Parts: sequence; C-alpha cells; structure tokens
Amino acid sequence: MSITYLEAIREAQEKALRDDPRVYIYGQDVAAFGGAFKATKNLAKEFPGRILDAPISEDAMVGSAIGAAIEGMRPIVEMQFADFSTLAVNQIVNQAATLYWRTQVACPITIRLPSGGNPGSGPFHSQSLESLYAHFPGLVVMTPATVEDAYTMLLEAVDIDDPVIFCEHKYLYNRLKSAELPESGLPCHQARVARLGRDLTIVAYSAMVHEALAAAEQLRKEDIEVEIVDLRCVKPLDVDTVLASVARTARLLCVGESWPWGGVNSEVITSVVTHGFHLLDAPPQRINSKDTPVPFHVGLWGAHKPSTQVIVAAARRLYEW
Amino acid sequence: MLDTLNPPKRNVVPPVSREQYIKAFSWMLLARTVEEKLASLWRAGKIAGGVYLGKGQEAVSAAIGILLKSGDIFGPLIRDQAGRLAFGESLVDIFRTHFGSRTGPTRGRDGNVHRGKPRDGYHAMISHLGSLVSVVAGALVARRFKGDTSAIGATTIGDGGTSTGSFHEAINMAAVEKLPLVVVVVNNQYAYSTPNHRQFACNHLVDRAIGYGVEGYTMDGTDLRSCLEVVAYATERARSGHGPQMVVGSCLRLSGHGEHDDGFYVDKNLFHTALGRDCLKVAENYLQEQEWADEALVETWRRNAKQQVEEAVAKAQREPLADPSDETWCPYATQRLAQALLVR
Ligand SMILES: Cc1ncc(C[n+]2csc(CCOP(=O)(O)OP(=O)(O)O)c2C)c(N)n1
Ligand SMILES: [Mg+2]
Repeated sequence: MSITYLEAIREAQEKALRDDPRVYIYGQDVAAFGGAFKATKNLAKEFPGRILDAPISEDAMVGSAIGAAIEGMRPIVEMQFADFSTLAVNQIVNQAATLYWRTQVACPITIRLPSGGNPGSGPFHSQSLESLYAHFPGLVVMTPATVEDAYTMLLEAVDIDDPVIFCEHKYLYNRLKSAELPESGLPCHQARVARLGRDLTIVAYSAMVHEALAAAEQLRKEDIEVEIVDLRCVKPLDVDTVLASVARTARLLCVGESWPWGGVNSEVITSVVTHGFHLLDAPPQRINSKDTPVPFHVGLWGAHKPSTQVIVAAARRLYEW
Repeated sequence: MLDTLNPPKRNVVPPVSREQYIKAFSWMLLARTVEEKLASLWRAGKIAGGVYLGKGQEAVSAAIGILLKSGDIFGPLIRDQAGRLAFGESLVDIFRTHFGSRTGPTRGRDGNVHRGKPRDGYHAMISHLGSLVSVVAGALVARRFKGDTSAIGATTIGDGGTSTGSFHEAINMAAVEKLPLVVVVVNNQYAYSTPNHRQFACNHLVDRAIGYGVEGYTMDGTDLRSCLEVVAYATERARSGHGPQMVVGSCLRLSGHGEHDDGFYVDKNLFHTALGRDCLKVAENYLQEQEWADEALVETWRRNAKQQVEEAVAKAQREPLADPSDETWCPYATQRLAQALLVR
C-alpha cells in the first residue's frame, strides 16, 4: 500500500472530522465534487452537512470561519488555489491574526492553501505565499514537505488554537508517496534534519526540500556532504535546529520557492547571522524564485524557480568559498 | 425556464439585420473552430496547463464583440473567444499565447485566456474573478477625463464571479460614477461544479441591478437574436448617458470547466431544456429559416474558418517559444528602476 501527499491531506481531514464534531470544511467545490484537487473526495458523503460548498467569496469564507471559531467550531477553509487567498487577506491578517491578542478569544481556523508552481500554471495559480502570511503576527504558517508531515501537521493545525495557514504544495500532491501514515509526528514548531552531512547546511521547506535532497545526492559524488534542515513550519521558526546544524557545518544555504524580498530565507539568514555569526566560515547564501511573477511557459517557469542544478552550483561555490 | 424579465423596448434599437446576424454568426463559428483546435492540441499534449472553452456561450460573447465599436473598451473573461475575435483579436495571438511563444502578447509569461492588449482597450484578465470590472470602470473614468464621451466599456462575468467582493464593489462604484459600463453576466448554471443554488439566493441575478441602481436586462444566451437585441439596447443606453447596464444571459456550459474536467456533476436534464441548446446550432437554424444562408453556404464558412485556424496554428508553431536566456526577468517598466534591479 502507498499513500500520496494529497491523500494524506484527505485522510487528515477525514480523521479530524471523525474525531472532532467541531470540525467542518468550507470551500469552493469541496462537497460532492471533492475539491479542485480532490483533497476532500468523498468526505461530503461520509460527513453529511459538514462539508459545505462556498460561493466564490474568499473574504466571506474566511470571515465566516472566524465567526464560527469564536462560537467554538474548528473550521477548515480550502482555498481553491493559494493565489485566491489574497482576496481574503483582510480577514486573515486583520481579523483572524489579531483576534486573540485583542480579545483573549482564540481563533482556531485552518486555511489550506494549494501552493507553489506546477508546469503551465502561470502567475495566478502558482504562488507561494508563506512569507506574506508569516509577516503578520498571530498566524502559524506550516509548509509540510513530506507525506507524513502533511498528515500530522494538518491534524495539528486543526488542533491548535491559533489561525493556521497550511501551505500544501501542489507539485507534491501526486508525486510524493509514502508507505503508510504515522500515528504521530514532530510538533510543528520543530524543524527536522532531513539529511545528515558535514560540509554545509541547506535550509529548505515544502517542495524545495526535495530539490535540496536531489542536489545533495549529486554533491555526494563530489564528496561534498550536505546536511538538510526541513523547516516544516516557517512561523514560528525553529532557529535552534538551524543553528545546531550550522554549528556542525559552518556553511548555510537557504532555498525557498517564494520571492526573495523579505522572505523566509532572509529571516533564517538574519537569525543565523545574529545568533551564530561566530559559527560561520562563509557568508550565508540564499536561492529564491526570481523576482518576477511566476511565468506560464514551462521553460521560463523552470528557470524562474530554484532547481536542483542551481542549488548544486550554489552549494559548490559555498563549499569552495 | 428562460428569463423574460425586463425585455428591452424593441423600438429603441434597429431590428437585427441579415448582415449583422451573419457577421456575429461568423465570429461564433470561428470561435468554435478555434476552441475545437485548442482542445485537440491540449489532448495531444501541445499546450501546458489548462484549456478553457466557451462552448455554448458564443452567442453572448459575439454579440458583445460586434456591438462594441472601435475605441470602446472590452474586458473579456475565460469564455469569450467569440467576443475577443469580434473585437479584433488576431487568430495567431490565441495560439501564441497557448503555446507560450516569445512573439505572443504575453511573451510566454502568461498563458491561455490571460491575453489582451490593454492599451488598445482590450484588457488582459487575471485569474481572480471579478477583478476586471473595476479596471474597465477605471478605464472609463480616464476616458471621461480625456473628454472622450463616445466610448463605452463592456466586461463579462460568470454566475460564480458575481459572488466576489470585487464584483460588488466595482458595480457600485460604476453606478456612483454613472459610467458607461455594460456588465454582461453569463449565467451558465455552474461555477466549476457549483450550481446556482449554492452560489446565490436571489430569484434572478438581474434582480441585483435594482439594488445597485443600474439598469438590468435579461436575454436568452442560446439565441443570438436575443443577444444581439439586448446587448444592442444595453450598449445604446450606456452610450447615451444612462449609466451602467447589467445584462444577464442564461445558457448552459457545454464543456467541462476546463478540458481536464468532464463535467460529470452537471444535471443531465438541463441539456434537454431550452438552456441546454447549442447557440451555434440555434443560430444556424435561424439563418436557414430566414433564408439568409443555406446549408451549403454555412459549410463554406465552416471550411473557411477551419483553414484560417490551421494557418494561424501553423504560423504560431513556426515561431520561437519563450526562452529563459532572453527573458529580461524584470517586472519594472521604469528603465531607471529596471537597471537598478539588474545591477544586483
Ligand atoms: C476569486 C477567485 N476564486 C476562485 C477562483 C477559481 N475559479 C476559477 S473559475 C471558477 C468558477 C467560475 O465560475 P463562473 O464565474 O460561473 O464562470 P464560468 O466558469 O461558469 O464561466 C473558480 C471557482 C478564481 N478564479 N477566482
Ligand atoms: Mg458559471
């Protein structure tokens, strides 16, 4: 038996619905249709009345989830694509993110964002918005890279009392498979060492963990041993695990699919430089997507985002620095 | 049931002529031919990403396209191939955009239906539904500043798109500004898999017009004649200073949401109602009934459309695709800032 990243997300929602009567799912085409990506397939049949099709009204989808959460529900909102969540930014960053701080009433909503690029998806179906949401105080931003994390972290997202932006990567949906789902996982605020190595640390998250792993395999042939830290959750950020890795390797390369300016990579590098300057033997480096909208044409898209080849080249330069 | 609310006063616009009808029909036919080609290219793996068709909506779209005049503004959406062509889009640009050609209007940066030439009044949609309505409204504000009192703008939206905040804000604003904006709502009964009853709770979308303080009309979106009459009336009202017009055309989406989707969730009974008629067949029958064209003539037009499409595809296929090595990777228009960006 094997299970995909997408199925893990479906299974997690099924379990959440089964275990907790406060959970319901709201999103466009999520009920009988099972969602644009089939992440809610058959759930409407299994849990009648708890999977609701939403009108094309992202602001109201999130606003209503906030209201329901105040009343004690645990809503999961599915955005059809991460890109459309920008229409709900007001509700997410001003209402949900500030609620507890303003009123001492928690806002346990989970907003699922099908994120990241896929061939031919173009500027409005490809965005990685974790850095945007991580900027706002009060939001938890998860970026699972594995089937196991997709499952346990989504369950954790529903469970914790704060609004969670759950960035699930579309590229991984059907490409990533695992033998089975775990009973439990690391808590979301802990990063994970995805690969041990002595020569340099690559910090990555979401789909970029897999590009980094592929790069590490290539570099191994050159006798460069790369350690990989999978952030898992970009807010809050587990700086300790990153620092511990840099303490071993003395070199840091950050890889993220979102845009460079003011992003997760910059935050990681700032933290390492601030708290671990003495650990570094070389200036920390970062690779992001290029600072333009995400292009449609497959060749342009391939050059726009960080690729294994670009990571290999950057890691080699850093190693030789 | 087809809508008969607020039928326009027929005497205000001249009756639909043979010439106009045939012109609109030709665009419909060409659009259908283009889209059949796009679907087959997609199935053959020649187009990355999605392909979205306007099958069943050509009558509404063509009517808008031919009733806009040169100098007007058009903000089409995903199912507006007919209107785009009638408004002057070149055939080859359609295929360039789908292939990601360097020579296309978006140079491979954006694809499929996301094309346009905004400076020519032909706007390029983003995916976020409802976002274009205020943009077209703003273009009309600019025309007013420039003293252009003859231009109008038209834009389309689906039944689903009417649920967006953007749609609401834009129509309200256009009404406050009394802009010559025609908003054509194409109610094809579904938004992806979501049927009307999960999208809105008013009896009829046109009922919203009164709430916004704009004039509202309905039309049978499967009947080219109805579309030509009602859109002619609405565009005329907009042109003559009566502010925004909301036109709701009803039909059925005769394709999947995109070519990846077989539309299994669509209520099959709808195909046997008046909503499910294929507007292209309805129009062809009407041409024959009126003795404006016989089967043989339509066949000639069809062959001609096919040939034009094949030529456009062949031309686009000979052209270079986008190439990362000559992409500027620069999103700034200001040269000074572009330089500053590239230095780093
Ligand atoms: C704001 C926003 N949310 C979600 C989507 C995803 N989406 C694309 S098309 C579509 C359905 C549109 O339905 P409708 O407006 O009725 O137009 P139709 O496809 O029927 O022509 C949805 C939900 C989107 N494009 N924009
Ligand atoms: Mg629709």
